[in-house]
Amino acid sequence: MSDSAEQLTALLERIPYARFLGVRAELAGDEMTAILPFSDHLIGNPTLPAIHGGVLGAFMEMTALIQLSIKEGQARQPRVIDVSIEYLRSGRPLTTYARAQIKKVGRRIANVHVEAWQEQRDAPIAALRGHFLVTPTDEAVELPLA
Amino acid sequence: MSEHLDRMREISGAMNQGSPQARALGFETVSMDHGVAVLRVPYDAKLIGDPDTGVVAGGVVTTLLDHCCGQAVHTAIDNFKFIATLDLRIDYMRAAEPGKDIFARAHCFKVTRNVAFVRAVAYDNDPDDPVASATAAFMLDSSKGKRAGANFKRPKAAS
Repeated sequence: MSDSAEQLTALLERIPYARFLGVRAELAGDEMTAILPFSDHLIGNPTLPAIHGGVLGAFMEMTALIQLSIKEGQARQPRVIDVSIEYLRSGRPLTTYARAQIKKVGRRIANVHVEAWQEQRDAPIAALRGHFLVTPTDEAVELPLA
Repeated sequence: MSEHLDRMREISGAMNQGSPQARALGFETVSMDHGVAVLRVPYDAKLIGDPDTGVVAGGVVTTLLDHCCGQAVHTAIDNFKFIATLDLRIDYMRAAEPGKDIFARAHCFKVTRNVAFVRAVAYDNDPDDPVASATAAFMLDSSKGKRAGANFKRPKAAS
């Protein structure tokens, strides 16, 4: 495992809520794919069964936050200002993946888009657009993951 | 009246104990009325998002708001229908205080044939000093034509 991959794993390990959901991540250069293996406690609707919409929102939010830390190196953990979540398909009892695209980073605000999918990358199950409060730094911080 | 209370109890039981994620987070219904639901999530160390401050993860608030909005929809419709979140927009005003339970109050203010519209706030001490606010739209009868266990099968074609 590369240094940055190890740092990413260590970061996720340090966040109790990431452990609660069971979030893992993989890096390809500076692009991260967040991975949410299916687990029974993630179910919202037990009849279908379907993953809770809140869990998908939370997973995509976390993907955006971590991708920002990787790309920009943050003096502090970025803060969520607002998110708009679009639910496209039911979250089936399968592994879910998510990738974030940083559309713009200004001095204070970052605009990020995230998509989550399961078996097919071109059939996303949910999408998120969000604004984040950032405190970028030029200096090496705890998290120069890339 | 008691019929109404029974139905409210049925909804909160099905949605809190019947939903594994709601159970895992410890969701409880504080009160319910026609079109309105108030829920609580107890503070728990396993839900922390920022280990340096002990603040609960934003994702927990997201799930609480989604769930509370859904519960408000159930109180606003006459018969039980499966519902699914279509769209959820959340504004985060401030971090929740570490150590405090978080509440959400949702109001389903309009139900049409296919869609229900909801507004909600999340707060720790005072609903007038919110942690976050939400606007959501839900599809009604979202599982129409789907049988129990439908999600174990791959959907037909890639639609």
